[in-house]
Amino acid sequence: MRRVVITGAGTINPLGENVPATFEAMREGRCGIGPLEIADVDRLAIQIGGQIRGYDEALHFNRQQIALYDRFTQFTLLAAREAIAQSGLSFSGALADQSGVVLGTSGGGLTTQDENYRAVYEAGKNRVHPFIVPKLMNNAAASHVSMEWNLRGPSFTVATACASSNHAMGQAFNMVRCGMAKVMVTGGSEAMLCFGGIKAWEGLRVMSKDACRPFSATRNGMVQGEGAGVFVFEEYEHAAARGADILCEVVGFAMSSDAADIVMPSKQGAARAIGGALKDAGLAGDSVGYINAHGTGTAANDKTECAAVADVFGAHADQLMISSTKSMHGHLIGGTGAVELLACIMALRDGVVAPTIGYEVPDPECALDVVPNVARDAKVDVALSNAFAFGGLNAVLALRAI
Amino acid sequence: MNTQKKVVEIIAEQAMLEPADVKLEHTLQDLGIDSMALVESIFAIEECFDISVPFNANEPGESDFDISSVAAIVAAVDRLKAEQGK
Repeated sequence: MRRVVITGAGTINPLGENVPATFEAMREGRCGIGPLEIADVDRLAIQIGGQIRGYDEALHFNRQQIALYDRFTQFTLLAAREAIAQSGLSFSGALADQSGVVLGTSGGGLTTQDENYRAVYEAGKNRVHPFIVPKLMNNAAASHVSMEWNLRGPSFTVATACASSNHAMGQAFNMVRCGMAKVMVTGGSEAMLCFGGIKAWEGLRVMSKDACRPFSATRNGMVQGEGAGVFVFEEYEHAAARGADILCEVVGFAMSSDAADIVMPSKQGAARAIGGALKDAGLAGDSVGYINAHGTGTAANDKTECAAVADVFGAHADQLMISSTKSMHGHLIGGTGAVELLACIMALRDGVVAPTIGYEVPDPECALDVVPNVARDAKVDVALSNAFAFGGLNAVLALRAI
Repeated sequence: MNTQKKVVEIIAEQAMLEPADVKLEHTLQDLGIDSMALVESIFAIEECFDISVPFNANEPGESDFDISSVAAIVAAVDRLKAEQGK
C-alpha cells in the first residue's frame, strides 16, 4: 500500500475564485450567500443562494470553448488549473498514462439542460445547438480536464448526489494507494443555480428562505451553492522524490449505505462511514481534532450527524471541533465535499479552523463544539470530512498533517 | 369546491385508506403520514385548490399552516383560499 498526499488544490466558489481567497473568507467567517441573480427568480419561493458573483465566462474561455463547456465544466477547469499549477506537475510519457481524473457532480450540465428545455418548450424552437449532448453530460468536466492536461489513465465521473465529491476523492485515493495510478486529479463541481435546479429543490420544502444556520436551534433549512474544488492526489514517494510541496496526507476513506430511506438520514449509516474512515486510516478516535461536517442546516441532518459523531467518538466528541462551512458557501451538492476539503487543509496546514457562521441559539441535539461564528487557531493533526447523500450514501475522508 | 371532502381525499390517498376511514379528529401520526407523505399532501393541496401553502419541513411548528389534525388542515386551507382569493 502506497501513501497518498495532496500536492495541489484549486477552487472557485462563492467565497473566492481561488484557494487563497477562499481561505481568507473562511478565516474571516464571510458569507457568500445572497440574493440570486438568475432568470425568472421572481417565480421562485427560494431566492437566495451561494452564487459566484461577477463571474464572466468570456474572461476565462474563448467562444469555441464556451460552446462546449457548461458552467460546471468551466468551474472544474478553473479549479483544476490552479491545482495542477500548484502541484508543478506536467503530464507526458509514462506519467500521463499512469495519471487520471475522477470527479464528482450531481447535476452535471444542468444549466445547459435548463436553457435548452426553455428553447424548445418555452420559446418553441425546433433546433438546438449541435453540442448540447457533449456539453451537458456528467462526464464532460472529467473529460475536458483529461484533454487539457493529457491525463491518459483511469478517468470517470461519480454521481452520488451530495456525496459525489467525497466518493470521487475516495476512489482517487484508493487508486493511488493500490498502485493503479501515480497521480489522480480529483474533486467535484456543481452549477445548479438555474431556475429548474432551484425549483426542484424548492419542492422538497427543506430550503431556507433566509440563511443556512447549521447546528443552530434556529436553523430552517439548506441553501444551495455552486462552484468547484479540485485536488492533485499523488503517490507520496513520487511527490517526495521531486521535492513537491505537500499540503497534507490522505490517510483513510470509508463509505456506507443506510439502506433505509431515500431522503431521511440514518445515524448508524453515518457512524459506520465515520468509524470506517478512522479504521481505514488506522487512527484512534482521539487523534481527530477537526471534522468538516456535512452540516446542511436541515433539522434532520444536523441532529443525526451530531448523534453519529457522539456515537463514534464517545467522550472525545466533546473535545474535537466540528464546523459546517456550508453556512458560508452554501451546499454545493455534488461539488460540496471538494470545497469543504479546503477547510480541512486549512486546519491541518495553517492551524485555522473555519467557523460555522450564522450560529444563533444552541440546540441540545447538536451539543458539540461547532466553532460558532468565529474561526479559531488550533493545532490539528487529523481532520475528517463528512458527506451524507440523499439515497443514504455516505462517504468520509480522513486527512493528516505532514 | 368542498374543502373538507377534497382534503380528506388527498390525505386518504397518502395514508392508503378509504376517505370514510379518515376522521376529522385524526392527527397525521394517527394516519401513519410521515414527513414525505406530508410534503406530498401539501403539494396535492396546492395543486387542487390553486393556493400556495407556507410550509417548511425543517420547522413544521413554525409554519403558518396548522397540521395538528385533519380538521385543522381543512380550516387552514379554507383560510388560505379566502386570503388568496380562490
